[in-house]
Amino acid sequence: MADRAGVLTSPAPIVRQDSRIQRFFLRHEWARGYALLSPTLAVMVLAMCLPVFMLAAHSFWTQNYLTIDETFTLANYEQALGWLWGAEGAKPIYIRLLWKSMQISFGVTVTTLILAYPFAYFLAFKVRRNKNLWIILISVPFLTSYLLRVFTWKIILGFNGVINSGLMSLGIISEPLEFLLYNPTAVLIVLAHAWAAFAILPIYVSLEKIDRSLLEAATDLGDGPFRRFWRITWPLSVPGVIASGLLVFIPTVGDYVTPKLVGGTEGIMIGNIIQSQFGKANNWPLGSALSIVMAIAITIVVLIFLYVMSLGRVRAK
Amino acid sequence: MSTRADAGQPVEYSPSKVVEGNRYGWLFVYAVLYIAFLYVPPLFLPLFSFNDSIYVAFPIKGFTFEWYRQMAKSTGLLDALYNSLKVGAVVCLASTLFGMLAAKAMTRYTMPGKGPMASFIMLPLVVPGIILGIALLVLTNQVGLELSLFTIGVSHVLICVPFGMLVLISRLEGFDKSLEEASLDLGVNAWKTFWRVTVPLALPGIIASIMLTFLISFDEFILAFFLAGNEVTLPIYIWSQLRFPAKLPSVLALGTLILTVTMVLVAVAEWIRRRGTATTKPTAG
Repeated sequence: MADRAGVLTSPAPIVRQDSRIQRFFLRHEWARGYALLSPTLAVMVLAMCLPVFMLAAHSFWTQNYLTIDETFTLANYEQALGWLWGAEGAKPIYIRLLWKSMQISFGVTVTTLILAYPFAYFLAFKVRRNKNLWIILISVPFLTSYLLRVFTWKIILGFNGVINSGLMSLGIISEPLEFLLYNPTAVLIVLAHAWAAFAILPIYVSLEKIDRSLLEAATDLGDGPFRRFWRITWPLSVPGVIASGLLVFIPTVGDYVTPKLVGGTEGIMIGNIIQSQFGKANNWPLGSALSIVMAIAITIVVLIFLYVMSLGRVRAK
Repeated sequence: MSTRADAGQPVEYSPSKVVEGNRYGWLFVYAVLYIAFLYVPPLFLPLFSFNDSIYVAFPIKGFTFEWYRQMAKSTGLLDALYNSLKVGAVVCLASTLFGMLAAKAMTRYTMPGKGPMASFIMLPLVVPGIILGIALLVLTNQVGLELSLFTIGVSHVLICVPFGMLVLISRLEGFDKSLEEASLDLGVNAWKTFWRVTVPLALPGIIASIMLTFLISFDEFILAFFLAGNEVTLPIYIWSQLRFPAKLPSVLALGTLILTVTMVLVAVAEWIRRRGTATTKPTAG
């Protein structure tokens, strides 16, 4: 290899006059790398960092009907969180909604993980041929419109829906069940369905990476299937489980489509309140403050979760 | 027979069989049920799109093509479809280009801070969509831009670039770097090498990235909801129709069509991917 390259480059036709900048790029590989990366980074900075910075700035301003007063104030945060320290006139609704959203998302995450793990295990260990076919099979339903997918759950859980008409024709119930739709449980079911494929893939990848000889060694040394799973497969798949969990938990906290369509009044989440501040309620600064609070709350939960997981893993060693 | 960890073993003895156990046990049953759980709800779309009743509820009445006819006549729906295709087309090309640049930098250059940069580019995957949406709305408003398909497009590029980059990184890692080096050593400049060596070899990845990002943009609702001006994309149109029961069946008809087209596209993508791996393996290995 080196031989061939050496022979071919030896004529050294570098006679052209390189400018200083060109020479700098030729000499430093990292500079060429960053030059190549810079357009993408520019998009990220302009379309993500700058807007989020503006959002943070907004959260310290005030809405005066149609205009925005740009003097610095913490009033929005006091309105959002003031109930915690008993600030005057602060309503508990924002904190409660945030807490409820966290609970629902946590429930969704746990449900999807429990449902997805056996499937990922099956895919990694039992399927020998056409793994891609199975992966495609689980991802196709998720390529249909998200809105229509949520809507189909209304058909299933609704007053004249699949479950009610099915149970009624079987004679199990005489009146349609009304508790199926428009509550937090409906939100949980629909979200768990919507995020299923996202949960499977990271777990599958981590299981697929496990060196099979470790499992063989455990069997040779006398471990039964359950001990082997508990001592080898499970610990090695934990990173995938964590990745899946975060991938599901983080976006679902802020979801407002599912709660709006199937949640009813009880199933409202923090995303709906934030959205209404940019719509009917027309209080952009308060909406900004609420979304910043939500982002910080999610970050704190994620960090605590990762910290606890790292403690557990250190102890296991 | 055995392809994985024991590939290098000289003897016939295959311990992985012992570990893997029987194939069609309860896990297989579970997997089939799981697939059913994933598929049953979306399959109500085609069912009700042919149902001869304006109410999307049981019992099923009769068979009709009426909703497809209404769909073809609905100008609002067709406009929205056209807008979505337009945005999706631009977004998939732009985000694949940005993803390609980033993937090339990530796989072919050693540079400090590569890991943090990759995480930074992947941030839109873990930031809730609602935050990105209102942040862009606030910025657009502050700068004094009009909300339009352009603002929707920018937000879609933002969330599509990470996907494009991930797909292309895995593709670029899949073939030998020395092919590009050989081209450069033979005196072809970097730009020509990129077009004549890298792009053809990465083509399956590029096509996969274009399709994936198009589908993401085509179905994206949360960002578009905040950033749409007078012209709406298809998900926004569907959202507005969910409140009017009379319009729903034609929306379901459209959903069925989209589902069918998507399935065909996925099948084509898989076919291309298989051909791609089949043709590049001899050169890479």
